Amino acid sequence: MARVHGVAITRSGFTMIDFTHNHFALFGLPERFAIDAAALDAAYRRLQSEVHPDRHAGASAAEQRVASQSSARLNEAYAALRTPLARAQYLLQLHAVDAIDERDTQLDVDFLERQLARREAADVASVAGDVAALEALHAAALAEVADLETALARDLDRAGADFSGAKPRVRELAFLVRLADSLDAMIAALD
Amino acid sequence: MALLQIAEPDASPAPHARKRAIGIDLGTTNSLVATVRHGLAVVLPDAEGRPLVPSIVRYGENGVVTGYAAMAKQASDPHNTIVSAKRLMGRGLADLDGDRRFPYRFVDTPGMVRIGTRAGVKSPVEVSSDLLRALRERAEASLGGAIDGAVVTVPAYFDEAQRQATKDAARLAGLPVLRLLNEPTAAAIAYGLDNAAEGIYAVYDLGGGTFDISILRLAKGVFEVLATNGDTALGGDDFDHRVFCWIIEAAHLPPPSASDARLLLVKARTAKEQLTLHDETAIVASLSDGTPVDLVLTRTTLTGITANLVAKTLQPIKRALRDAKLAATDVKGVVLVGGATRMPQVRRAVAELFGQPPLTNLDPDEVVALGAAIQANKLVGNRDDEDWLLLDVTPLSLGLETMGGLVEKVVPRNSTIPVARAQEFTTFKDGQSAMAIHVVQGEREKVADCRSLARFELRGIPPMAAGAARIRVTFAVDADGLLDVSAREETSGVAAHVSVKPSYGLTDGEIARMLQESFAHAADDMRARALAEEQVEADRIVEATRSALAADGDLVDADERARIDAALAEVARLRAGDDHTALRAANAQLNRATEPLAARRMDRGVQRALTGRRVDALSD
Ligand SMILES: Nc1ncnc2c1ncn2[C@@H]1O[C@H](COP(=O)(O)OP(=O)(O)OP(=O)(O)O)[C@@H](O)[C@H]1O
Ligand SMILES: [Mg+2]
Repeated sequence: MARVHGVAITRSGFTMIDFTHNHFALFGLPERFAIDAAALDAAYRRLQSEVHPDRHAGASAAEQRVASQSSARLNEAYAALRTPLARAQYLLQLHAVDAIDERDTQLDVDFLERQLARREAADVASVAGDVAALEALHAAALAEVADLETALARDLDRAGADFSGAKPRVRELAFLVRLADSLDAMIAALD
Repeated sequence: MALLQIAEPDASPAPHARKRAIGIDLGTTNSLVATVRHGLAVVLPDAEGRPLVPSIVRYGENGVVTGYAAMAKQASDPHNTIVSAKRLMGRGLADLDGDRRFPYRFVDTPGMVRIGTRAGVKSPVEVSSDLLRALRERAEASLGGAIDGAVVTVPAYFDEAQRQATKDAARLAGLPVLRLLNEPTAAAIAYGLDNAAEGIYAVYDLGGGTFDISILRLAKGVFEVLATNGDTALGGDDFDHRVFCWIIEAAHLPPPSASDARLLLVKARTAKEQLTLHDETAIVASLSDGTPVDLVLTRTTLTGITANLVAKTLQPIKRALRDAKLAATDVKGVVLVGGATRMPQVRRAVAELFGQPPLTNLDPDEVVALGAAIQANKLVGNRDDEDWLLLDVTPLSLGLETMGGLVEKVVPRNSTIPVARAQEFTTFKDGQSAMAIHVVQGEREKVADCRSLARFELRGIPPMAAGAARIRVTFAVDADGLLDVSAREETSGVAAHVSVKPSYGLTDGEIARMLQESFAHAADDMRARALAEEQVEADRIVEATRSALAADGDLVDADERARIDAALAEVARLRAGDDHTALRAANAQLNRATEPLAARRMDRGVQRALTGRRVDALSD
């Protein structure tokens, strides 16, 4: 491989572009959980058209470096807003709440029991090669994801929202998204 | 304070002259070079009008020959005639284990494999650079002068070592590389611009040595790669090898000599290609000891013995679709690229998986080079085509080794590039002053199952209690898909600089040596070349700085302007001299002086783009 150099990402002595501290503002979007996905996509593309390294290929080394860093920052911001789970986590983080805190991973007992039963059913179906059963579990997980997202939009987008109180929901959402992904992988492995 | 008046350097080239830009498809089997002429991408043929160059290099008694001339000798001089060097790029001998089809004299060196030839031990990078040099010369002859910028394509699923090796080869060949571009993406650009395509498209690229699948969204001038997958050791060569094995078996031959093996592989390929149009074909040959071979191969047999190769391409497609969170039915069109997609069994399998016949209205051999030429033309600044933007991804996950030989992923596969991600680690012993960092690439959980990219040590961590140090490791993947890793200890504020030897690449020292060897030795030539390179660089920065000041001069205050002007003057002064080291320092100084301006200009661009959005939103 690799020219793996120890080049520091930002050189000391000059401030990087103020990409603002808030990804929502960067894309000109209101700071909400429920967003206009088309507006996000359009803003992302418009900004990338401006900063992408391909737009600065003939420029000085300094400009190329800034372009590359800016473009990477934009990709990071876009990734943080694009999926509902990432967006919920980012919103909580903006309000100084760490949803996926490693020391505090509590989940509701009922919720956990339900999910463990699901995982077990998935393993059984996977071993038996029962694609239909896996599809059903997958659909159920996605339905629950959609419900959680609706509830989160209601909780987070109202005046005086309790961001800390939304933690358990966001954690459940993270859990279910992971579950849906692994169900998807199990289905894919069978065909 | 009055601005310092400084005479403008007059060394820069005519500002609006058209630049010579080329795209190169460096294939396993065939290579091409293309350019944009009068707004149209065209392949540059050789004197006989042949567009393709066979990717073959022969180290002959009287020097290096490439292409058709080398091809003619492959069976009579197999050890010195190198084919499919692309499959060896960035690979160690162990990677090729069990791959007995290469009849070379491999030299077992640590890192990348080497081949013993009449002209000495060659790395695959040098072999590729000999090919690239021939293409560069063809382009220079055709365009009437030195090349200003080149885009070189690589398989999308190429890993870090393979990409770096390709870039090194281009550098060695004296090509000013603007970008490494993924082959299926290049094809999508050529196809998409040609057909004004919008929607989800899949590009299925089965060439001589590699297989790629890319899923893209084409919308309003943006080419967005959603996911890519593939196999960098699967292509037409493998089909040839199956036919070769079939010949050995059917004709009851003993293991053939290197020269007979090459002869039979050539026959195998011809037979395979014949069966694309015919139901059966004769395979007739006479081996070096006079043994005759006279067989008939049918299309049915070929389809049977290669069925699992075709099947091997389907799994990556499903994975790519899954990563893109799309179903096969979401795909609006499937673009076929690569000579091996002419085989009917391949087309059938693709049609079946996507539920639609693939698009075949473009030349599968040329489309990659054409797309590369279009991008080169744009990157070099020739603005004569429509405006579009390309967003590509990194094909493989990048991570670090953690406790227990497990991989901690830092950059997941299919992340849009450029991407920068950081991960924090801590020490586990009191007073620990160094930390070993092992960078790996791949999708598996265990380090042993991934490709090791590099190891380095962060030293000089100040004494602290276990767990108190905060070591931030940053991965940055640039627009070429190349990785840069840095590490620093945050609490002490001490940034430890680290630099790593590539495990499967060439070291800077080796490259320098090869560069030296490839030039007519004399140190004077080296110096002349270095000076010429710095002068080109000087012209480029001066031009860029002038246009930046012209467009956004209001962003610098008098002090800063004075610094920039002084740096400009220094570059102009040294540009006229012959001291390349001093000129390099002046170039670097000018770069540093313009860095804050570059950042502010970018910010202004962002603001402008945002304002534009708001205006649109109002008028919607
Ligand atoms: N008519 C045909 N029928 C079957 N196979 C063909 C036909 N024409 C070309 N091929 C095969 O296509 C392969 C070469 O394709 P191509 O030139 O696209 O590869 P490449 O670009 O050199 O390789 P890669 O992209 O994998 O590095 C060879 O294996 C060749 O035998
Ligand atoms: Mg190819």
